Amino acid sequence: MTPIPITLDALRKTYGDYVALDDVSLAIRPGEFLTLLGPSGSGKTTLLMALAGFVRPEAGRILIGGRDVTRLAPNRRDIGIVFQNYALFPHMDVLANVEYPLRLRKVSRRQARERAMAALARVKLDAFAGRDISQLSGGQRQRVALARAIVFEPRIMLMDEPLSALDKNLREHMQLEIRRLHDDLGITTIYVTHDQREALTMSDRIAVMKDGCIRQIDAPQDIYSRPGSGFVAEFMGEANILAGGDCATLDGTALSSAATLMIRAENLHLDARTCGTDGLRLEGRLAGKAYRGENWLLQVALASGKEVMLSIPAAAAAGCETLAPGDPVAAFAARRHAHPIPAPEAA
Amino acid sequence: MTGPAAMTAPAPPADDGRAGLRRDAQRERAFFLSLSLPALVLVGLCAMLPILWILRQSVLTLRGEFTLANWEKLLSSSLTWKSVWTTVELSGATLVLCMALGIPLALALASAPQKLANRLLILVMLPLWTSILVRTYGWLVLLRRDGLVNQALTGTGIASEPLALVYNFTGTLIGMVHFMLPLFVLPVYAAMRDIDGNAIRAAASMGASLPRTLATVVLPLAAGGIRSGAMIVFIYTLGFFITPAVLGGGQVSPVAIRIEKVMSTFQDWGQASALGVLLLILVAMAAAMLAAARRLAGRKGRTHA
Amino acid sequence: MLDAFDARGFRAGLWIYAGAVLAFLILPTLIVIPISFSASDLLEFPPRDFSLRWYETFFGSPTWMAALRTSLILGLLTAALAVPAALLACISMDRLGGRTAKALGGYVLAPSVIPGILLAIGLFFVLARLRLVGTLGGVLIGHVVLAIPVAVIVLRPAVARFDWGQVMAARSLGAGWARALVQILLPQMSFTLMTAALMAFLTSLDEAVISIFVSSGQNATLPKLMFLSLRDQIDPTIAAISTLWSVLVIGIVLIVNARRKA
Repeated sequence: MTPIPITLDALRKTYGDYVALDDVSLAIRPGEFLTLLGPSGSGKTTLLMALAGFVRPEAGRILIGGRDVTRLAPNRRDIGIVFQNYALFPHMDVLANVEYPLRLRKVSRRQARERAMAALARVKLDAFAGRDISQLSGGQRQRVALARAIVFEPRIMLMDEPLSALDKNLREHMQLEIRRLHDDLGITTIYVTHDQREALTMSDRIAVMKDGCIRQIDAPQDIYSRPGSGFVAEFMGEANILAGGDCATLDGTALSSAATLMIRAENLHLDARTCGTDGLRLEGRLAGKAYRGENWLLQVALASGKEVMLSIPAAAAAGCETLAPGDPVAAFAARRHAHPIPAPEAA
Repeated sequence: MTGPAAMTAPAPPADDGRAGLRRDAQRERAFFLSLSLPALVLVGLCAMLPILWILRQSVLTLRGEFTLANWEKLLSSSLTWKSVWTTVELSGATLVLCMALGIPLALALASAPQKLANRLLILVMLPLWTSILVRTYGWLVLLRRDGLVNQALTGTGIASEPLALVYNFTGTLIGMVHFMLPLFVLPVYAAMRDIDGNAIRAAASMGASLPRTLATVVLPLAAGGIRSGAMIVFIYTLGFFITPAVLGGGQVSPVAIRIEKVMSTFQDWGQASALGVLLLILVAMAAAMLAAARRLAGRKGRTHA
Repeated sequence: MLDAFDARGFRAGLWIYAGAVLAFLILPTLIVIPISFSASDLLEFPPRDFSLRWYETFFGSPTWMAALRTSLILGLLTAALAVPAALLACISMDRLGGRTAKALGGYVLAPSVIPGILLAIGLFFVLARLRLVGTLGGVLIGHVVLAIPVAVIVLRPAVARFDWGQVMAARSLGAGWARALVQILLPQMSFTLMTAALMAFLTSLDEAVISIFVSSGQNATLPKLMFLSLRDQIDPTIAAISTLWSVLVIGIVLIVNARRKA
């Protein structure tokens, strides 16, 4: 089965005065794993549900593999969906759940069983075929939902925060497993989450959404280290947004005070040597500190009153324990880690 | 020709796309609406149509011509006003007795452990599950001149001779209170169960006595339940038929009984319809009164807040 | 709830009062049981001799048996018509939401707040015009319209609580609306539907006022016949019927309760 592309063209959806999708256009490449990332209310789930056919857009078009499906009913779209709370059928056993889409497609009883067992084997649950849903753990239910969504070989897979109900360890394990499944099947996949770490781990590309718009769409490394706006910078991780005047350069060249820079907390160091000669220096006083096992978090108040956050790896944090609030602190960053961004948005 | 034409933006995606999407949304709504159709038709044909028929017939002669004679006859008859008064009296007395019996019962149940309360609630619901005719029959047996109640009263010397407890207003009232009490207690109990036990403990910790706590914390918080209970009592009792017909023994004539009499004895459908409209007005008035009480309570709550 | 107060006297008084009220509530139902086994024609209590003669009278009487049959048939038909109509209406209200659902709900529940006597005479007038007074169908539609609100009250919370994500999932897997409702919603509502059907059945079985006005002759219902005999002469046959009735209904309620807990 060859992967197919998806094109969204100026998709619009409003609920009264609330704009859930503000003329969203998006081109998803064949076989791509694309994550829609954003805070709650950003429109990411609405976008997913519009793709699935459960939310009816007011305007715009959805093309799947070049075919306009905007007005097609959800049951005719051939899309595998994994829902947030799995939505397994509790009155059917595991096998019946996975066979269900095949039976709807008039696959013979014997063939349906074979294919369902194969899908269950793919998620390592073939030994659980006869179980009731109520007998399964959260992670197992998740796998059944996956098996059910892939068993009829859909051309597209949608996942709506599928891991949000699982605990941290299992979630991280499943992230890798879902990604491996995607690589095996090559299905074009759209994944919704509000967890930026999950998005970074799994995606080919990430589309960051806010207020019904896509703010930036890029590969994980790009979106993390070269955000296009203060919102994306802060949403993707601990970001210090500084004016040019907050920093001094180590080699004496002046920074334009109008420039806005983004420096990630882990790219600020206490040791000037880590950033060579082409670096930036920030000075301030310690406002607060917290020990987090793998690292120390330091809050430093600059002269301008702005606070910056430093994340110092435990291995390099020799002086952190003795630092007390009010002590002067100098922090350093390499120039290449200071990413210029547009001035903060008015809104 | 090249200038302005080339500058024009390409035409927006054909507008029939939008129209089609809107049509789809309407079609889906229509589908869900159509699921209500069987219920709508049944209720329309079997409840709304009959009520409209009564309204219409109250201003028609037997031949189907418009007339106000039914209403003139009705409103000038002292029997009408007597039956209206009896209806109001029965409903009011039923409500007062339901409150007197039901609020303490609800309080006791609400203060009991949940498990015990659930057991006792089955006893409260039991009459609800038995036929109204079974219950009416039970009261006939109990309240007769030589019935169990009179035996007990004379046996213990409370009454020197058997009292007339049935085939009169008293008997009707007892039967109606018995019918309404479970329906009244359930919402009151639910409201009391919902009260946060810490609110009561807080009142106690501030030094409020038990009666004062009941009056200033428990009853106000249960007022919503009491109001819905009162609403149920009015809606049912204003149109009560079986109980007064059997336990009233012809001596008690609320509007519902009067309607039946006008129908069966005089075959006067026009006047029976007018009486029916009168009953409908009574129910509407009771509902409006309770709605006003709720608004008033809401406003008072706000000024105190 | 009143644990904050050390008011033992008050609590004791409250419970004595509550006990008396509970006795008032259950006494009329209980009293008929011993009387139904009495051997005497009189309504004496306690009965001096016991017999089953009143049960024999009931089961031996063609009139009573015809009424019993009518009532049971009516109850079954009422449930069969009211429950599907109510279920569809509940799904419709749940999916539409907002003001439309509120209006639909008010309309469908209206028969429960209209005095029964009005429905009875109104229906009588309409049926008289159609020359259908005294037919089974006439009583049936009256009972259905009373049972619909009852079924809606039972079903609506269950429909609202249902995980509609499952229906969405079924749709995404290829099922149309109707199929998703039948294969996913219905099987999981079976217990609630049974409860609603029982309530509808009992509503019809217990209904007297519409029956009194609209049913007659061969199609008189059990409550109508009981009403007439209560008015005319009271003998312990009614006590026998009442006992059977209470045992039947309480048995049903207890079974439903037990199954709900299971």
